[in-house]
Amino acid sequence: MPASPSRPAPSAHPLTSDRRRRPDPTTLQVARGLGWFSLALGVAEVTCGDAIARWLGMPRSGPLVRAYGVREIVQGAGILGSQDPTPWIWARVAGDGLDIATVLPGLADDRHRGNALFALAALGGVTALDVLCAQGLSHAPLNPSEAVRADYGRRSGFPKGVEAMRGVANDVRPMDIIGPEAMRPWTSAA
Amino acid sequence: MKALVWHGAQDIRCDSVPDPRIEDDRDAIIKVTACAICGSDLHLYDHFMPGMEKGDVMGHEFMGEVVETGRGLNGTLRKGERVVIPFIITCGECDQCKRGFFSVCERSNRNGHLAAKAFGHPTAGLFGYTHLTGGYQGGQAEYVRVPMADRTHIKVPDELSDEQVLFLGDIFPTGWQAAVQADIQPTDTVAIWGAGPVGQMAIRSAILLGAKQVVCIDRVPERLEMARAGGAITIDNSTESTVERLNQLTAGKGPEKCIDAVGMEAHAPRALEQAYDRVKQALMLESDRATVLREMIYVCRPAGILSIPGVYGGLVDKIPMGALMNKGLTVRTGQTHVNRWTDDLVKRIADGQIDPSFVITHRGSLEDGPELYKTFRDKKDNCIKVVLRP
Ligand SMILES: NC(=O)c1ccc[n+]([C@@H]2O[C@H](COP(=O)([O-])OP(=O)(O)OC[C@H]3O[C@@H](n4cnc5c(N)ncnc54)[C@H](O)[C@@H]3O)[C@@H](O)[C@H]2O)c1
Ligand SMILES: [Zn+2]
Ligand SMILES: [Zn+2]
Repeated sequence: MPASPSRPAPSAHPLTSDRRRRPDPTTLQVARGLGWFSLALGVAEVTCGDAIARWLGMPRSGPLVRAYGVREIVQGAGILGSQDPTPWIWARVAGDGLDIATVLPGLADDRHRGNALFALAALGGVTALDVLCAQGLSHAPLNPSEAVRADYGRRSGFPKGVEAMRGVANDVRPMDIIGPEAMRPWTSAA
Repeated sequence: MKALVWHGAQDIRCDSVPDPRIEDDRDAIIKVTACAICGSDLHLYDHFMPGMEKGDVMGHEFMGEVVETGRGLNGTLRKGERVVIPFIITCGECDQCKRGFFSVCERSNRNGHLAAKAFGHPTAGLFGYTHLTGGYQGGQAEYVRVPMADRTHIKVPDELSDEQVLFLGDIFPTGWQAAVQADIQPTDTVAIWGAGPVGQMAIRSAILLGAKQVVCIDRVPERLEMARAGGAITIDNSTESTVERLNQLTAGKGPEKCIDAVGMEAHAPRALEQAYDRVKQALMLESDRATVLREMIYVCRPAGILSIPGVYGGLVDKIPMGALMNKGLTVRTGQTHVNRWTDDLVKRIADGQIDPSFVITHRGSLEDGPELYKTFRDKKDNCIKVVLRP
């Protein structure tokens, strides 16, 4: 048997992205969902930048909101278009920080406090999802290397080979477990 | 002594605990030479199984040397003998034990009334596996007390190494019973969900029992690699449709025999189904995720057999009972009647028909245990099976 002593799990820096990682399908689907969300939000920010800025009580910030919209579209395209969405989801986390910092001063403005609070709550929720998704992607196990594949691919467990062993135990038929004879297929090998 | 102790969800520590003592005439104390982490331990680690208490010693797959014997063993075990301990404690005298249905032994569970409350009737006592099954200390430790030791042991020949025989205590007979229950015919396709250690043993067993075609379903590439090494065709359910592939491989008729070697923590390949079951689990509306059961019932050939070694703890939801009934499927399940199979299986190992040590990928000491639990649970570092040497 190939010797494979216990190895410590390779530690991963959260910002590394490795295409050999295999996140679970749910995480990948959440990432895609965030990609579409980025695109939609980006388009809204680019087309209605001025209105959004006014709603937040920052009437002069229309161009800034439009610029953020372009950022969202780029991130969305990155998430949906790249082989490995990990760096793009981390980019979303950074963008979330920027968004929160931009909206925060709105709390000081009495007339728009409600809107700013609403925006912050939404941003908080999205940020949590982004962070969870980014961590899920970054901490996913690595796919096996060629050496591991070769090693495991030799582990048949049959010292004499698979085909030599097929059916050597076909006389094991405990009747109390496999059921009454009358209920078994007529063609069964007795 | 040192032992791996349960402290709560995802919190297992290597602690110092009092040495076990003989408490009953039928007890023996075993000095553990090797023990393993089992997929069933993960249900406790993730705290999906109720009935664990802080301070419980983990582990039910272990072997070692007899160091102390109670007075009532009548010479069945002697100091210095090398034994593998089945994870099922067996009295050998009750009606069920007499029939060979050891996993539902009527006497070995000292908390039988708790099990009866949950399940209607008591089931056997198990090592290191919740207070529902007796709250007996487990074998991921330097020493273990084995109750009813005159029956609860498997003697193994000196020529075979610890790693070759260790799995006789659990996963090897479990994969074997799963395949035997499926009543495999030489014309059968046997589909096995889960390429974990139990799935790997079920694949090898299905080959020994003569299946024409064995198909294994999982999404972890290195596990699928090992499944192919054992003679299985594999389906990666993260990229392929299990139902389509199984139908393709059986001329549209479906596999005659289906084995669930996954159990209550199944992942759904579809995010929506996964989310549905996760939410229901969180709201305590269901305790187990039934993804694999649903798929098996749907894809199994009519008049086929479902064999379920995968562990479930409580209630599941959305079982397509109409399909199960109208297709005339037979369901066979249960914890493994370990001692019923092991005399035969020891011989098969000694004959060189099979060497169960193929599945071991990680080795360590008890101190490495907590870290290796995590590695095994998260399938990091290509981990498939962990063996610890105290
Ligand atoms: N009946 C018994 O006496 C007995 C004894 C030992 C273990 N078990 C049970 O057997 C089961 C497997 O044990 P193990 O040690 O192999 O554990 P494991 O957790 O290592 O293996 C489970 C495998 O199932 C795969 N899986 C998850 N969802 C899936 C899905 N939807 N479709 C296909 N594959 C899926 C996982 O990727 C993993 O490889 C557990 O439930 C364990 O409790 C039962
Ligand atoms: Zn087990
Ligand atoms: Zn009994």
